[in-house]
Amino acid sequence: MKSPPPDRSSEAKSSLRDAKPRVFALVGNPNSGKTTLFNSLTGLRQKVSNYPGVTVERKEGTAIGQHGEPIRLIDLPGAYSLNPQSPDEEILRDVLLGRRTDTPRPDAVICVIDATNAERHLYLATQVLELGLPTILVLNMTDLAEASQIRIDPEKLSAKLGVPVVPMRAHRRAGLPELRIAMSRHDLPASGHQVPLPEEIHGLLEKTHAEDSAHARHAALYAPGKARELLDSNQEWEDRLIAARYDSIHELCEDSFHRSETEVTTLTDRLDGIFLHRIFGWLVLSAVLIILFVMVFFGGELPMQGIEWLFGKLAEVIQAAMPPGDLRDLLTDGIIAGVGGVIVFLPQILILFFFIGLMEDSGYLPRVAFLLDRFMSRVGLHGRSFIPLLSSYACAVPGIMGTRTIDNPKDRLVTILVAPFASCSARLPVYAIMIVTIFPTERVPLLAKAGLLFGMYALGTIGIFCFAWLFNKILKRDTSAPTVMELPTYKSPSLRSVLSQMWDRSKLFVRRAGTVILGISILLWAANTYPKTPGVDAATQSENSFAGKLGHAIEPVIEPLGYDWRIGVGIIASFAAREVFVSAMKISFNVAEDDEDEAATMMQLRERFRESKRDDGTPLFSPLTCISLMVFYVFALQCASTVAVVRRETNSWRWPLFQLGYMTLTAYLAALIVYQGGRFLGFA
Amino acid sequence: MTEDSLKLSHLQVGSRARIASYLSTDPALRRFREMGMLPGTEVRIVRLAPLGDPIEIAVGASLLSLRREQADLITVIPDKGAPTDPR
Repeated sequence: MKSPPPDRSSEAKSSLRDAKPRVFALVGNPNSGKTTLFNSLTGLRQKVSNYPGVTVERKEGTAIGQHGEPIRLIDLPGAYSLNPQSPDEEILRDVLLGRRTDTPRPDAVICVIDATNAERHLYLATQVLELGLPTILVLNMTDLAEASQIRIDPEKLSAKLGVPVVPMRAHRRAGLPELRIAMSRHDLPASGHQVPLPEEIHGLLEKTHAEDSAHARHAALYAPGKARELLDSNQEWEDRLIAARYDSIHELCEDSFHRSETEVTTLTDRLDGIFLHRIFGWLVLSAVLIILFVMVFFGGELPMQGIEWLFGKLAEVIQAAMPPGDLRDLLTDGIIAGVGGVIVFLPQILILFFFIGLMEDSGYLPRVAFLLDRFMSRVGLHGRSFIPLLSSYACAVPGIMGTRTIDNPKDRLVTILVAPFASCSARLPVYAIMIVTIFPTERVPLLAKAGLLFGMYALGTIGIFCFAWLFNKILKRDTSAPTVMELPTYKSPSLRSVLSQMWDRSKLFVRRAGTVILGISILLWAANTYPKTPGVDAATQSENSFAGKLGHAIEPVIEPLGYDWRIGVGIIASFAAREVFVSAMKISFNVAEDDEDEAATMMQLRERFRESKRDDGTPLFSPLTCISLMVFYVFALQCASTVAVVRRETNSWRWPLFQLGYMTLTAYLAALIVYQGGRFLGFA
Repeated sequence: MTEDSLKLSHLQVGSRARIASYLSTDPALRRFREMGMLPGTEVRIVRLAPLGDPIEIAVGASLLSLRREQADLITVIPDKGAPTDPR
């Protein structure tokens, strides 16, 4: 079939200007290179949000057509079939069938298939073609197909399907102009190709959808309804349908894809020989994970210090420029500190998503899951949960954002729920001050310090595995999601894709989580500032504030853990961020901040801790109290940023609130057992 | 299960076989067939993960990883002369 060239008359142009932009949907299997293509077509003109009611991300962007006209492009989730087995695939089906109220039914479809694996990719593609929407078929990764000695004949495929076929190498941006030309065509045809339906199913559709067009009958195979119900209950029919589709695909491919007779050892075969090797595989994986962890943990440190310094300076400038008062304090201690507290996460998020992007785009990420799946399946998780959990030992915020690489919704939720047990870097200041307080000598024996720290990390890790196991038992598998995982061909990652993902994640974090974090930090600032008691020192002011009163109020509850109201104030003040505990304690225990010599202030705080007594005259910070407090911080979700990120990633308040509840309860019980158990055993 | 068929999980690395049948009607297994693992299709065991599970198989041009518990639900007829695991 030869179709007329695109219309370029000026008349067409002017009519375009007034018309509403057309909507194209981008469809394809996972790993088809669909997202890379989306990035190439839209650049930074992208919007990421959520489909209402589900946790599936909605990506839309504006592409520019051949004549400069805007085209709305919706990047639908990757899927293997129109017959959905996950929330992602349900979205794809519902948008293509026009079943969602929040997204218009697309005017046309761009269907991306991997030229090295055309048969498998054409399974979804032919399903989509039968829906009767004008379609462009993109044959992606033609360079890799060439390397595998597959000769492709796009014209033949185009003739058979009746739609334009555009060969592309989306990673190298080759084929983009041709695609743009096709997208601007106003006579874009729909395919007439149809898989011959097995007789029984044909007869069934005749009955259930007598009045409908052929396209609508095909749609009925996927949408909930009579026909679908019958197919679901009759596996034999379903299988015949699948087989008929593959038969028709083999016929399609016969003329257009010529595979070489000799078996070719591909780059993927050779690389997997190393990366999945029983010895070298582990070596490569360890190296990759160590680099990733060191970069997230330490690589983020310098820029984070820079950001803290910058916001500190900004606060100083405002302090110098404005007369003292509540407004100035709100600006410096509430808003600037809050915004700084949001921005400070960006280095770690950027670094983690740089690595995740590289691994995802190159094809290594599923291999990590392959190597570690057995280990993670012991507690009911998938191998894909490993990297998000590992990253959480640096910081749960990027770690939880990284769970988007887990495709099974239940595995993803369980991973999100347990990730904050990983002892992140914000807990270190709390551990540090407690460890120096435990020992009577100023110099802590190195072995004891390492042992205590190791114990805290181990405790958090045990928490992760126990609760993952528990949640896995409690939460039912919501869909019968298969755990088959594709190991895609390796390809050299596209920097543009990686950068685009880093940009997306940072933007989403600042916009969605950032506002919540800022709100909570202003609230906490107010709780620590009001009501004001004029003419008293900082410690008394703190005691009289809302936070101080709250600390007093919860004293009976936390007394069994070995804490008094001052520690209560610290716990409340550090709800937004664990490291705030130390600065709140400095205020409560009258330790002057000395920016020049941080070590000296820490030692001063340690002295105050060791001097302070309970009402009955026994020392407040006994070793047992210190350990109880450390254990509390291992398990407690003292992090507003995590709450905000979980809210954004699960698209509801239900899970972050549940998480806050169960983690706080766990922390309380664990600290109670430590303190009361310790006393029972005769420790003070 | 007929006499010359055995479970996919019992095939040795490197051996080839044709899918015979599925032992479960679990709808989750439909995805395997949709990804090309239809009865009669040739599969090749590429490797086991170093920890013994999952199993990597080649179906057409796809490399797929599936867990042993699922490979247990699929019967295959080994190609002649193919070595099998005596288990």
